[in-house]
Amino acid sequence: MKAMAAALAVSASFLAVSVVLAQGRSSGKPLVAAAPGYDPAIYAELQEAPEKARNRANPFENDPRAVAAGAILFEQHCAECHGKSAEGSPKAPSLVVREVQSATPGTLFWLLTNGVVRKKMPVWSKLPEPQRWQLVRYIKSLGGPALRAESPAAQP
Amino acid sequence: MVSFSRRALLGCLSFSVLWALYLPVAAAQENPYFVAYDHYLEEPGNLEIEYFSTLGTQRGGNNFHAFWTELEYGATAWWTTELYLDGQTSFGDSTVFTGFRWENRFRPLKLEHFINPVLYFEYENKSGADKILKEIEGHDVESDFLVANRQAQKERIHEVELKLILSSTFKGWNITENTLAAKNLSNSPWEFGYALGASRPLALEASAKRCTLCPQNFIGGVEMYGGLGDRHSFGLHDTSHYLAPVLAWNLPSGWTLRISPGFGLNDNSHGFLLRWGVSREIAGFASMVSRLFGGQQ
Repeated sequence: MKAMAAALAVSASFLAVSVVLAQGRSSGKPLVAAAPGYDPAIYAELQEAPEKARNRANPFENDPRAVAAGAILFEQHCAECHGKSAEGSPKAPSLVVREVQSATPGTLFWLLTNGVVRKKMPVWSKLPEPQRWQLVRYIKSLGGPALRAESPAAQP
Repeated sequence: MVSFSRRALLGCLSFSVLWALYLPVAAAQENPYFVAYDHYLEEPGNLEIEYFSTLGTQRGGNNFHAFWTELEYGATAWWTTELYLDGQTSFGDSTVFTGFRWENRFRPLKLEHFINPVLYFEYENKSGADKILKEIEGHDVESDFLVANRQAQKERIHEVELKLILSSTFKGWNITENTLAAKNLSNSPWEFGYALGASRPLALEASAKRCTLCPQNFIGGVEMYGGLGDRHSFGLHDTSHYLAPVLAWNLPSGWTLRISPGFGLNDNSHGFLLRWGVSREIAGFASMVSRLFGGQQ
């Protein structure tokens, strides 16, 4: 009987902690901005990618199937926070902005691999390396030429 | 008492399953291990509801079916917290609720490295009848399980358990090594144990078509775990060890199925353990709870 009571008490504590954490997120300042009023500072993490990582080329760059595969992976693992069309949500920033679309594939791959664990972005190295590159290929396909114009990769 | 515990346990399990079916899901990429841990934590705000079974053989006594439910919550991207509810049926004896565990895993480093440490802390409040074999520690041996449930339930165990998880991912392979130290809060010495695991998806590239049976949805591997004695008698003597192939099937619908036949490696071990589990990840649990209490998220 004591064990059951203790288990219920722990369950209640578990729920209470969840509520406090969730309320903290909703009542405080949003950690990231949705697309309409986006905060450029949230993308500063992209600048942290080391030179070597930035310069890595996407092995799926010329594989047309990679976009389709990446789209499925995005829907399964990323859309929940970044939105179905990567437009962003209160949980995570838009990926259809110049900061992301002008980043090199290597930079996006590095960010996916390492996450930003202090700011709620999980580590995605549990996805095998080819799948991460497929995701990068899909994300880079979302921006269109105007957003990609400043991409270092696009410059001579 | 027994019938109350059984009803409560069945109630918890039924509620968990119905709840998991109703709520929105996130596609999971879960590892196949039952005992070993890798360095990946639950996504922040998500709740994973898991049910696991262990069917064990028992020489000189009754075979058993131990089972547990896990509620795994991603508090942040660097902290995952879990509640376990344990029970077991000893064939020819009875079914009992055996206790609960509260587990926490912390990721101390900001970036991925070749070896990634995770710190683990767990508090256990269970009876001597607990048989889930979620970890093997100290001089745990098969003959410990011969005690009848009525007698074993009288022993209350309050235990803290610490683990250092060291995990690497290379060329699609995950290699993990867990070292554990556990202390019964009564007057018992520190006990030690280990778990090792290696696993890899059957395919590294994702398919361009939606599919349930694609090889990338399956992760296969092997794990090995056992005890390392205690503070007074550290080593392999009078300890039990197991080797178990593992397989996980991550369905696009958000369900994960796992199975693992385990084999005892010495005379102190159970001859055979058949483990299986099913889990479902609930997306945005924190947001749902927040809305329930008037939050805006």
